[in-house]
Order: sequence, then structure tokens, then C-alpha cells
Amino acid sequence: MTPTFAAATVDKERFGMRGIRKAFGATVALDGVELSVAPGEICGLVGQNGAGKSTLMAILAGALAPDAGSMTIDGRRYAPRSPIEARRAGVAMIYQELSLAPHLTVMENILLGAEPMRYGLVDRGRMREMASAALAQLGHEDIRPDAAAGTLSVAAQQLVEIARALAVGCRVLVLDEPTSSLGSDDVAHLFALLRRLKAQGHAIVYISHFIEEVKTITDRFVVLRDGRNAGGGVTAEATHDAIVRLMVGSAPGDLFPRTPRHTGEAIVEVGDLEPGGASFSLHRGEILGVAGLVGSGRTRLLRTLFGLEAVKRGKVRIGVYSGGALADDPRGRWRAGMGLLSEDRKSEGLALGLSVADNLTLTRLGPFGPHALVLPARQRRASGEWISRMEIKCAGPRQPAGELSGGNQQKIALARLLHHGVDVLVLDEPTRGIDVGSKAQIYRLIDELVADLPGRPAKAVLMVSSYLPELLGLCDRIAVMRRGRLDAPRPAAGLTEHDLMMQATTGGAS
Amino acid sequence: MLVAALFGVLVGGQFFAPANLELMARQTAIVCMAALGMTIVIASGGIDLSVGSMIALTTVVIALMLRAQHAPLSAAAAGVAAAALCGLINGVLITRLKVVPFIVTLGTMLIVRGAAKGLAEERRIEAPITWLNDLLRTQGGAARLPPGIWAVIVLALVVAGVLRYTRFGRHLFAIGSNERMARLCGVAISRTKILVYTMSAALVGMAGLLQFSKLSVGDPTVAVGLELDIIAAVIIGGGSLTGGRGTVAGTIIGAAIMTIIQIGCSQKGLANWVQQILTGCIIVAAVALDRVRSTRA
Repeated sequence: MTPTFAAATVDKERFGMRGIRKAFGATVALDGVELSVAPGEICGLVGQNGAGKSTLMAILAGALAPDAGSMTIDGRRYAPRSPIEARRAGVAMIYQELSLAPHLTVMENILLGAEPMRYGLVDRGRMREMASAALAQLGHEDIRPDAAAGTLSVAAQQLVEIARALAVGCRVLVLDEPTSSLGSDDVAHLFALLRRLKAQGHAIVYISHFIEEVKTITDRFVVLRDGRNAGGGVTAEATHDAIVRLMVGSAPGDLFPRTPRHTGEAIVEVGDLEPGGASFSLHRGEILGVAGLVGSGRTRLLRTLFGLEAVKRGKVRIGVYSGGALADDPRGRWRAGMGLLSEDRKSEGLALGLSVADNLTLTRLGPFGPHALVLPARQRRASGEWISRMEIKCAGPRQPAGELSGGNQQKIALARLLHHGVDVLVLDEPTRGIDVGSKAQIYRLIDELVADLPGRPAKAVLMVSSYLPELLGLCDRIAVMRRGRLDAPRPAAGLTEHDLMMQATTGGAS
Repeated sequence: MLVAALFGVLVGGQFFAPANLELMARQTAIVCMAALGMTIVIASGGIDLSVGSMIALTTVVIALMLRAQHAPLSAAAAGVAAAALCGLINGVLITRLKVVPFIVTLGTMLIVRGAAKGLAEERRIEAPITWLNDLLRTQGGAARLPPGIWAVIVLALVVAGVLRYTRFGRHLFAIGSNERMARLCGVAISRTKILVYTMSAALVGMAGLLQFSKLSVGDPTVAVGLELDIIAAVIIGGGSLTGGRGTVAGTIIGAAIMTIIQIGCSQKGLANWVQQILTGCIIVAAVALDRVRSTRA
């Protein structure tokens, strides 16, 4: 399907990006991307995780420089060397993570960095005037300029951020996933506000996963896939289905090994677990995948399951351990035979300053010496075995983990679960940010772990991933998480990427 | 690190007279002993500013016990135990209150100092002469080290062994290097930290014993600011304030370097203030080196 890209006519355009290319080493993040917004128009930007939206926004906001391509504002060249230059050129970004200073007042936040001065001192009277004017422009005189920003609701804070963008004058307003922390009432108010701004002639870029929202509020839309324009057009003329099809495309099949599996006994039972009351069971010999958009709560679910976040409500039963009662904390989980691979390998999965051997063996130092001693030679030998078995490229077990590449670091974090001998592997984005070769090895490894082979009981794998082909290729069942709630798992055999994306993107407010 | 040690050694050729070396060893003994404990604390990612006050408290306790006619051994034990108790309190406060160690130990530094002064009723406590006073003096016969120095050597080996060869050691390095990872791996963080601060304080108590031996009185005003020397010794020796790194060998060299500067300066007739400036420069240089090392990691 040839992409239809209904660009605004060039002379009426407020903001344009043409031929934007950006590569990080060998990875091409963006390849010839185009985007254009006219004044008084809301343009939606849609794409899966990894499609290149964040990189594009970083370039727009002046945080990154493109390798090739050009940008214009009102026909003039726009090439910011820093976010400050971008801001001065009139590009205002409202990020998903709000960035107000909670202890300062609303008006101080609105004019942060652009305070009106008089004789070298801040002119508070004028500041209050300007802030009130900005808030009035938004139709929200009810927010007091003297209130401490931290005391406002999330929705109000977002309004303050938008007011900040307007107060200093902006040509292009970019909102990144603005509704992810808003309730449906607040979303309705936000949309009313955006329409008002549109009427005032602002050019707005609206980035969102929620197709329903994009359908409601945008005039035109652009779809990114694998770093390229995958299509776009006038919103009113496209169906939800058609947009998802553009997002998902037809990905070339990765080869996922599939040795025969046999679903055995239920090894983990989860009942009504916070957040969202998730209930499911996990069996030996199966891989259960969890799909969902970024921010839907999947990591939180896994961390609560593992006891890293307090289990406030709900039950987790791990059927392997038959000793006494275990605490609901990571120590208890490891002892019960469950291990976690964190999605954040640099700041939680590994200690970059410690050696490969220390990182790999920390959960089970028992075999390395009598009476709580650790003989480094034994520790190194055991690590050496895993290093060769998993083909981890490193100078040896003594090398600091921080010196290894991402793929090899991930293999160490995974080897930890294997060294410990867990029966249940909980993996959070196991192949994020690693090279293709390492990915293939990890797929093979996961498949072997759950395969039905003689001589040892199969393990169970619970896996969160944002890469749909991977979930479909590896998993036996897949559950989708939406805004904190986990839907019931469905057999993977009948599912397509399209189905998963539809399910994941339904649930935005309209 | 080795380069720094060599440099220190080269500074004065006349250093190697045995009498001089012995003098340096005695000077360093107290800081070294306490720095052994500080090495453990810093390796686990923490810090303890109350060590100077602990040393003072220990001397006061020992002196009071001796005056009350207790045996020297019990007095010594009581002194060390008092310090260890302070360490336990530090550990519990840090893990329970979830306040950074810098602030907690800043507070206990003042509290313990006040307690020492209160116990001593703001006076120096004279104590009867016992063998405790000879801990840092050479016994008759050449080439025999004072028992105090032996104690430092033995305990240094013990601490080095604990850091390198025990599960506790692996755990504390993990906590210091990345506490989040340690938590994920099920390390008992609170328990380990409390043990770290208590062990360290016990070693500081031993340093207090050596201090008493040097002074022969219990003095609540002694060792003010010594914590900085102790911390400096660990940092110069390669310990990282961000945690996860630290060795006993390095700490000893660090303490030695500082003493070398001190003695070298006074032997060359340089004024006290030159010494201080030099020591300060070394400390800053060592921390800068530490940052370069961490960013490369």
C-alpha cells in the first residue's frame, strides 16, 4: 500500500521536517522521515515502541542533531544546537513526564528561565500579569498563580506546563503522550483546550499510542514504522483499523526456534494482584507473554510479582518450593525458585563496577566455599563455565561488567537466573537494546528451557516485551496489559500483531 | 595508587632509618586501625563521620573502668564494646530512618562527643598505669614490634579476608556498587548494613584503645576531626565514595602516605600549615583520581 502523505501546502506550513536521518553507530533510528504541520492544525504522530518517535522528538527539541535532513519554522531554517535554542526558536515540548519545580509557585514555573526583570531584580508584579494572561488564554483563570505547583493535580500541572509554553511564545507545541496519567474528565478538558489553541492558530503535534484519541482530536496524522514514514493522511478519512495496519506493517519473520513443548503443572498462581487485580497461572513448559504499551504497567506487575514493590493485595503462590513459609520479597522469590531479569539492566540488573563473576553468582554463593566463605577461584571457575556456555564475550570473569556490550551484559543477567537454577524465569524486555546475534542466542536459550526434553523438568517463562513479533514467535499464550489492567491470556497461535496492537491501543478516552 | 606510594617514599631519602619507620608506624597505627573499619563502611557505599567521637568515648570508658579498679582487659573490652554499640546505633538509624549515612553520622558524631564529655564530666580522666599504656611502645630488644602494631597487622589481615573471602564481603560490595541490584538479588540489605557499621565501630574501638595507650588518659576532646584523616586514608588508598570499591592494602598505603607527609614535613622543618595544605592537596587529588577511575568503569 503506497503511503499517502497529505502534507500541508508548503507556503502555509508552520513547521516542517524533511529527510531526517539519524543513526547510532550501526543502528539506523530514522531514515528519511518527513513531518509537516500547518498553523491551526493538530497533527498526530503514531508508531510502535522502537519506531523512532522518541529520536524524532529529541531532534525536534534540539537535544539531538540529525545526521541528514532539514527542518524549517515558518519557512526559515531551524537547526537548534541545544534545547535552549529550540525553545527560543519557539518549539515547546510537553513531555510525558511532567517537569515542573514542585516547590515553586505556578507563576514562577510558568516564567522559569524567562523571568521579567526590572533593574536587575525579578519583577514579580509583571510576572503575575504574564502568568495570569497565559492561564486566561487557556481558559483556566481558576488556577492561582501563587499556588505551589506541587499541590496541583496532575491535570492542572500539565496545564501549567502548557501555559509555560505559551507564555514565552511558541510557534510549535508538541505533546508527548499527554493523556497517560489523566482520567477521562481531564482528557476531555485537555481536548477542549487543544481545540481552543487550534482556533487561536497554534500548530500542534500530538504523539499518542491511543488511536481513538488520535481519531478524536487530530486533523491529520503521520505513522512511523522502523524509522520511516509508513503512511498518513487526513484523520477523518482513515479507520482505526487502517491506522493500526500502517503501524504494524508486515514485519519479516524472525526465526524463532520451536522445539516441542508440553504444558505441565501450574507452577505459579497469581490471584488478584495489585496493580489492576491481575489473575493468571503459569505452567511448566510454557512461555506466557505480556504485551502492552509503554506505561501500561507491565513492569510494575512483574516487580510486584517478584516482591520488589510491596504486595499490597493479592496472592502469589509458587508451587516449587516445599519448605517453610517464605517472605514476599526478592529473597523469598529466589529461594522459591523464581528469578527476575530487570528491564533496566544498567541501574538495576547489573552492578557495572563489579566483576562478571560477582554479578553472575551473587544470588547463589553457597557452592563456592564452606561456612559462608567464598573462594574466588571456585567462583571464577563456575562463572567461566557460564561464560563459555552462553558465549559471553568478555576478557574473563574478573572483568567489570560495565565494560561489556549491551548484549553481553544482558547475557550475564540471564546467566544469573541459570546459575541459580530457578524454575520460573520472569523476564522484562529480555532483548531490548541488544544486537541481533545475541537476540537469536537468547531466543534459542529460552526455547530450550521450556522444551520437553528427557532428564529434566521443563521450566516456565513469563515474559514482557514491546516487540510483538518476538512475543508471537516465542510465546504459547499472550496477555495484554492496558492502563494497569491485565486481560486474560489468550493462546498465541491464533493471534496476529494486528490483534495485539488493537487490543493494546483500545482503552484510550475519546 | 602504587605510583602515589612510591612518590611518597621517594620524598625523603633519610626516611628509611628503622627508628623513623617505627615512629611512622606508631603515628599511623591509630588512623590505620580505624581506617580498616572505614574501608568496610565506604566499600558498602556508606560513610561514618562519628568515628573521631567514638575514639574519644572509648578512651573515656577505658579510663573510667580502670579507675574503678577493673582489670585492664575488661576495661579494654568495655571500651571497644562502647564503640561497637555506637556503630550498632548508627546502622539501625541509617537503615530504619532511611536518612543518608552522612547526615545520620553527622548527628551521632555530636551525640557521641557529647556523651563522652558528659561521662568524663568535661575533664581528662587520669587512670592507673597498666600494660595498656605500653601497647604502642616497643618491648625490649630490637626488631620487635609493639603489640599495638601487631594488632593492626592481624586485624588488617582479618578484614582483608572478610572483604575478599566471605559471602558477607560479596554482599557488602554489591550493596555499595548498586544497591538496587543487591535488592533484586535478594541480599539482606538492612542486616548487612547494620553489621557493617557495627564491625567498623568495633575496629574504631580498637583504635580508641590504641589512642588511650598513647595518651594514658581518657580525654573526651581527643580525635576531633580525625574522621577526616581516616576517610582520606581510605580514599587515597582507592576506596570510592560511591561505594563498591575499597581494599585494605590501599587503605594502609593511604594512611602511610598521610603520615609520611606529616613526618617528612616536620623533619624537613616545614611549618605545620605547609603540612596541612599538602595533605589537603593530596586528598583532593586522590578524589579526582577516584572520579576518573569511576567514569572509566
